[in-house]
Amino acid sequence: MSHEKRTLEFYVLAVFFALFVLFLYGPLSAILILSFQGENGGLTFPLNGVSLHWFANLFERQAVGDFGGSFKRSFLLGLMVMVVTVAVSLLAGLAFRQKFRGATALFYLAVASLVVPSIIISLGIGVVFQQIGFRPAWYTSAFGAHLTWTLPFGVLIMFAVFNRFSPAYEEAARDLGASSWQTFAHVVLPMIAPSLIGVGLFGFTLSYDEFARTLMTSGTFNTLPLEIYGMTTNVTTPVLYALGTVTTVFSFLVILLTLGAIVYVGRRRARA
Amino acid sequence: MTVALNQPATVTAAKPARRRRLSLGAIAPYLQATPLALILGAFLLLPILMIAVVSFWDYDFAAMYPDFLTTNYSDVLGSWVTWKTYLNTLKYAAIVWALTLFIGFWVAYFLAFHIRTTAMQMVLFLVCTVPFLTSNIIRMISWIPVLGRNGLVNSTLVQLGLIPKPIEWLLYSEFAVVLAMVHLYTLFMVTPIFNTLMRIDRSLIEAARDAGASGWQVLWNVIIPLAKPGMAIGTIFVVTLVMADFSTVQVMSGGQSASVALMMKNQMSLLQYPAAAANAVVLLALVLLMVAGILRIVDIRKEL
Repeated sequence: MSHEKRTLEFYVLAVFFALFVLFLYGPLSAILILSFQGENGGLTFPLNGVSLHWFANLFERQAVGDFGGSFKRSFLLGLMVMVVTVAVSLLAGLAFRQKFRGATALFYLAVASLVVPSIIISLGIGVVFQQIGFRPAWYTSAFGAHLTWTLPFGVLIMFAVFNRFSPAYEEAARDLGASSWQTFAHVVLPMIAPSLIGVGLFGFTLSYDEFARTLMTSGTFNTLPLEIYGMTTNVTTPVLYALGTVTTVFSFLVILLTLGAIVYVGRRRARA
Repeated sequence: MTVALNQPATVTAAKPARRRRLSLGAIAPYLQATPLALILGAFLLLPILMIAVVSFWDYDFAAMYPDFLTTNYSDVLGSWVTWKTYLNTLKYAAIVWALTLFIGFWVAYFLAFHIRTTAMQMVLFLVCTVPFLTSNIIRMISWIPVLGRNGLVNSTLVQLGLIPKPIEWLLYSEFAVVLAMVHLYTLFMVTPIFNTLMRIDRSLIEAARDAGASGWQVLWNVIIPLAKPGMAIGTIFVVTLVMADFSTVQVMSGGQSASVALMMKNQMSLLQYPAAAANAVVLLALVLLMVAGILRIVDIRKEL
């Protein structure tokens, strides 16, 4: 197949794909450019000079709510969600390798967690906390709400990973006298490490960007997406774009770091 | 080969050890599954049960009162406005589903069958994936300078002399809502379809060609039937996301369009939790019915 000549179909689809990529990135680059809008510029093109005015504006506390605080909360929450998602998904993945009672029910519960509309989870957790008499906070109720979104992704990824995982490696390790903990730590874990890093990336970014589930559960203090969502209705200056640029650049950095980590782990394994 | 030779030895050697560990080995999966079960129980099952209970409660402007009323439901089902909102949400789901399925299939097909090296496939796939990992709201906002009254599209068209004055319906309209949803959710269609296409045995396609099938026949009779599970999973994602959406509808329609989730959000901000809960139960039943229908076509566990 690889020696065939490129057909007309290829060129048509290549153009289609290029348009799709333009569709994905075009608008995003528009706000990246407009965040450097001059001091007197507005929300649309043309650029009225170039300045860092709106980025400076972002860090003045009065101008746009509490950017620093909400960023810190979202960042911490993302880390918490990431750690728990990786650990719980890994354990569940291991559990699903064996047959146990309730396995099917638990699997479908995880799938249900993916399809239940996020605002329902937000409302439900909000009402439960209210009835129990707990005060909702980003590190309790919002934390749990985010886990209902990140865990199914983690569990499904681990499920797929272990579906393709040959038990022959573990048998070989056991034959060589490894204990079950040694088999796990020195054989299984290094092999699935790249997938675990991927699960971590999902856990962090999905939580960092989530806001429908945070709506009723964040308590007194806003997370960053809630702050941005509030801004969409009452901020009419390019400071909104500056905030968009900063968070998008941050997301890109996280993704790049993760990909770097995956490549690094892969290389180290290849050398060993 | 060596593995096969060793196997009988393993079995006999491991037997006494396995018997000793039987008790721990038998409860291990339960212990491993406990954290997941506890978290989903506390933050998914319990809240949904609570919503079901609260949907029968009474309420006023300040608080809710435990009761067993069906008025919340008769308010939901008896109001023409609510019916229109549900129909509107279903309309968005249908349009966005059709568009994402079309775009998603061709993008995945291009990546799977026309890109020849795995490295390039992965790079292009990542190019498609990265925006998904950035903020949805930012991606929504990014349409404002493009579609707005003085945005890129309008000013270009006016300058080219194609239109006399800016088109008003580009932003803050149903068109903008659909466009933004397609922008946000197409990836959920691309990924599962790409996944199934990559697992199609290429010899099947060669066999079809050898048997005299044309390019379209291969596509229609071999590839598309085999891609159906991926399409079904993508459909589950897209339909449930659109049915649950309130932010895109609110921001991109500028308050001129409605969805069920947006209606719920407004009820919640007025502290009408029981009314929102009744809506939640109806919406959840609708979504679960749709998903159950799709799951009859595909076994997700097999597709992972």
